[in-house]
Amino acid sequence: MTDLTQLTLAEARDAVAAKTISSTEITKAFVDAVEKARPLNAYVLETPEKALAMAKASDERIAKGQAGPLEGLPLGIKDLYATEGTRTTACSKIIGNFVPAYESTVTSQLWRDGAVMLGKLNNDEFAMGSSNETSAFGPVVSPWQRTGSNAKLVPGGSSGGSSAAVAANICLGATATDTGGSIRQPAAFTGTVGIKPTYGRCSRWGIVAFASSLDQAGPIAKTVRDNAILLRSMAGFDPKDSTSVDRPVPDYEKAVGASVKGMKIGIPKEYRVDGMSAEIEALWQKGADMLRAAGAEIVEVSLPHTKYALPAYYIVAPAEASSNLARYDGVRYGVRVPGKDIVSMYENTRAEGFGKEVRRRIMIGTYVLSAGYYDAYYVRAQKIRTLIRQDFEKVYAQGVNAILTPATPSAAFGIGEKGGADPVEMYLNDVFTVTVNMAGLPGIAVPGGLSTEGLPLGLQLIGRPFDEETLFSLGEVIEQAAGRIALPQRWWA
Amino acid sequence: MSVDSATVRRIAHLARISVNDDEIAPLQNELNAILAFVEQLNEVDVANVEPMTSVTPMQLRQREDKVTDGHYPNKIVGNAPLTEDNYFLVPKVVE
Repeated sequence: MTDLTQLTLAEARDAVAAKTISSTEITKAFVDAVEKARPLNAYVLETPEKALAMAKASDERIAKGQAGPLEGLPLGIKDLYATEGTRTTACSKIIGNFVPAYESTVTSQLWRDGAVMLGKLNNDEFAMGSSNETSAFGPVVSPWQRTGSNAKLVPGGSSGGSSAAVAANICLGATATDTGGSIRQPAAFTGTVGIKPTYGRCSRWGIVAFASSLDQAGPIAKTVRDNAILLRSMAGFDPKDSTSVDRPVPDYEKAVGASVKGMKIGIPKEYRVDGMSAEIEALWQKGADMLRAAGAEIVEVSLPHTKYALPAYYIVAPAEASSNLARYDGVRYGVRVPGKDIVSMYENTRAEGFGKEVRRRIMIGTYVLSAGYYDAYYVRAQKIRTLIRQDFEKVYAQGVNAILTPATPSAAFGIGEKGGADPVEMYLNDVFTVTVNMAGLPGIAVPGGLSTEGLPLGLQLIGRPFDEETLFSLGEVIEQAAGRIALPQRWWA
Repeated sequence: MSVDSATVRRIAHLARISVNDDEIAPLQNELNAILAFVEQLNEVDVANVEPMTSVTPMQLRQREDKVTDGHYPNKIVGNAPLTEDNYFLVPKVVE
């Protein structure tokens, strides 16, 4: 029998719908694969009994002719999404035993449409990181290795469990979240596809908050089509999220394979940063050639405030985080470390419960919001954010349909290799992705080829607000032209 | 701008995070590295630029002021480290 875990989500969906395979069969195959892949540390909680129960219920619905669009398809859920009755930790010690009494809106929509949960996926603590190394459960090991080397590499972050699990065929697709690049950078590092939709497209309700004006939910999956299928179920208006946008969700899958002839694609000259490797430069050129060959017009555009996006982000995101994470005080949930009075109880609890990177970001955020510094840092950063958004608006007003950039400045790096002495070294990973969050736009990362060391490299397409469909059409062109990237070998099992 | 060790202690206290003496110097270096990185924002002319207050241009929705949820105190306190009769317990705050 063929290995069911190798199927794409679309192939599995069609096979389940045609009753060639049952949900129970495919779910069992994944439960088994998840168990064998423990050396990757992609799952922080496996829920095999729940998965098999959900699969059984799916098979019953299929038999009754009541199948939903994701009926019987096993998915992995980033541990930032609250799942009712199933431990949700944000991969932090401070809520290490938290069992939600509610379900996030996005996951509830996946279950509504028939999907099956395999378990909770590892991520950087509170999604703060670009390598999955800040997780309280330890780093995720990428299924990828450099040619001729068995050095352990990072799967990117913060959605490192999601990207590794999709690349390793231990789920059909995964939920992820993106605050500065946390869907697109891990997708690029693992040869998978990930889309951060427009701000407001997916509900943030029930997703552990990092920086509320930047956070968006989205999928990571094997193909562009799989992303389109998942986003249709994840997106939609939710009265429980005040920034959720009330507009209909298109059938994104229809955009996959649509012609891109005559579309105008912008190449922003400011993304040609100092010290860009020849390999990334060549990948970018290759991407433009693929789109041109499909009939798109390539034009140079200018986004003058690009270089200020990352420093402005490192004011806005920590500021919002310091406010959002004030709720973890040892009173309503999580661990409590006693002190001589209530203030020292708070201080001891938060020192013990938060990891190093989270403490650092809360402190930066506290500083930039403190009396006397608020205008100099926070207000200035929000003004620069306006300029960044205006840059994009000007380009789109020229008739540009989407913008093509590299997804990351390099291929995946080794565990323990970056950010040891200087936190900024790690932050630079998000230099190409963070502008998109600052402007609230949609962005997709699609594999474009392999590095000389045999590792995946990703391209990013940035779209107009709420025009995810164009990104799926263009992404499909790149996927078809570059060819799907297959994992070299299953060394962990 | 850069921070000195007294400022690091003050920020930590404002953030309600206790820090040991041996953590101060490394934290000071890390915070200063980040502050040096964001320093470049001062090059940008932001005169007459409005700060972004809404990511998508939209009015925040309002809803009717009525109770729509609740009546499950057991669930609310279910994850708390210390409770009694569905109240959260905290150390004494008023003498």
